[in-house]
Amino acid sequence: MKQRNKMKKALAVCTALLMLACSLSACGGASKEGAKASSTLSGKLSLAGSTSMEKLCEAMSESFMNANPDVTVTVEYTGSSAGVESLLQGSVDVGNASRKLKDGETEKGAVENVVAIDGIAVITDKANTVSNLTTEQLADIYTGAVRNWSELGGADEAIVVIGREAGSGTRGAFEELLKVEDACRYAQELDSTGAVLAKTAATPGAIGYISLDAVDASVQCLSLNGVAAAEETIAAGEYPLSRPFVMATAGEVSAQNELVQAWFAYLASEEGQQIIQGVGLILPRTAG
Amino acid sequence: MKHRARKNAAEAAAKRVFAFCGVVAVLAVCSITVYMLAKGMPAFAGVGVSELLFGTRWRPTAQEPSYGIFYIILSSVVGTAASVLLGVPVALLTAVFLTEVSGKTLAAVVQPAVELLAAIPSVIYGLLGLMLLNPLMYRLEKALFAGSETHQFTGGANMLSAVLVLAIMILPTVVNVSAASLRAVPNELRAASLALGASKVQTIFKVTIPAARSGILTGVVLGIGRALGEAMAINMVAGGSVNLPLPFHSVRFLTTQLVSEMGYAEGMHRQVLFSVGLVLYLFIMLVNLVLQKLRKEAERHA
Repeated sequence: MKQRNKMKKALAVCTALLMLACSLSACGGASKEGAKASSTLSGKLSLAGSTSMEKLCEAMSESFMNANPDVTVTVEYTGSSAGVESLLQGSVDVGNASRKLKDGETEKGAVENVVAIDGIAVITDKANTVSNLTTEQLADIYTGAVRNWSELGGADEAIVVIGREAGSGTRGAFEELLKVEDACRYAQELDSTGAVLAKTAATPGAIGYISLDAVDASVQCLSLNGVAAAEETIAAGEYPLSRPFVMATAGEVSAQNELVQAWFAYLASEEGQQIIQGVGLILPRTAG
Repeated sequence: MKHRARKNAAEAAAKRVFAFCGVVAVLAVCSITVYMLAKGMPAFAGVGVSELLFGTRWRPTAQEPSYGIFYIILSSVVGTAASVLLGVPVALLTAVFLTEVSGKTLAAVVQPAVELLAAIPSVIYGLLGLMLLNPLMYRLEKALFAGSETHQFTGGANMLSAVLVLAIMILPTVVNVSAASLRAVPNELRAASLALGASKVQTIFKVTIPAARSGILTGVVLGIGRALGEAMAINMVAGGSVNLPLPFHSVRFLTTQLVSEMGYAEGMHRQVLFSVGLVLYLFIMLVNLVLQKLRKEAERHA
């Protein structure tokens, strides 16, 4: 019995030592690798602005810091206007805005760098005969003023208004772009893109909204104001339910410090572009 | 001698292990209670108790947000009550069938079926509700509200679907507990009733069920707890808009409120969601207090 206990103890110690060794070597490996990837970049890069850009910024800063281990990227989500304001005051390096910069902002020296475009598709079930809506009609549907597809030239079918839950970024963007913030009367509030897609596909007369990249063949994607939802029309700025994600700088990117330039170079690199597409965004035409 | 010493040591060690396991449960309950109170209380102060509990506007992300969860509380209460009203009679009669009426062969089919019902994960109930019940409900809704100017069509995801799913989900709990307590009724009571000339049905309703009353009530309360705490299945069939809980309205329960909005909520919105959790927790605590009281009563009767 005692013998066995001793053996057990020895085994446990061995395992612990082995694990320690493994973790140590893993650490060493990581730092070596990082040193190889990074140049001489170090310091702090600060961003502030749009809450809608959180997903993009988190993914991008994490990946950027992995590539440049001596750099710390901090992002504050204070809202588009507040972000550009901090930029102009000089308290941050980059101001995030999920809209075009206003004239007043560019006059004060902010430069608009569109890094990605957010597009929202409006979908219905396959059987729906309506294929195009104006943005006014869409707003009327979501505020409950229009309640039957026959009012829009479709079949006599009640409209089932499907949307996302409060707090969802897609819902925030949709309501903001349509100017129906907090005026929507949802028949169903679902908590994921997949649920909206599935419910819209399965319910006769349903209408819903999702990120463009999530649209599949189970639903019909509506044109808005005669413009089809597609990467090309969104990149060209023709499709109404889209908005640019701007990372504004005070002056041209080329005039910024080394760190900011590296950030924008990373955004334009293949890795950066993959991250942008990975979070469901569209690359702007004039990338780089 | 050595042997006994070793045995004693093993006994002592085992005792400690048991004690530790017992403490884990107590610690878990205590820490959950403390955590829910600590996280759930601030929003009451921030929003105001009556505005939070009795406000009917849920607009957590508006410019001027309002955090009224009254409809959500009401939906949970009404939904639970309706599903219990619907499910308990069926469950009770099933239990009576199992224990009093059916022969051994039939009971051998029904009993495992009921037990299997309890083993089905709630997401499966939700899926079936989503695929079968909701389309059916939408047809009913269209027929009932044809030409209505005010009704908002929900596509079949409504209170009624949630109630039906919940009613089925609480069946096994109520059936099993009720059947056990019916079986525990001494046969002498039945024999006496029959000997006095009462029919079998009279005996069941006037003698056996009253005798098993506290056990049956325990089953009902357990069913209430199950219905109140269910989230997954309801989230899939109830629609999820915050509305007055009427049968064909899309509704949101306390549980689904947490499930669906916790992901992206921040600031006061998030704090209020913790308050929603606290309200749910207090409801469940209340149900359990009633349950413990009932159990004590049952013991006294026995």
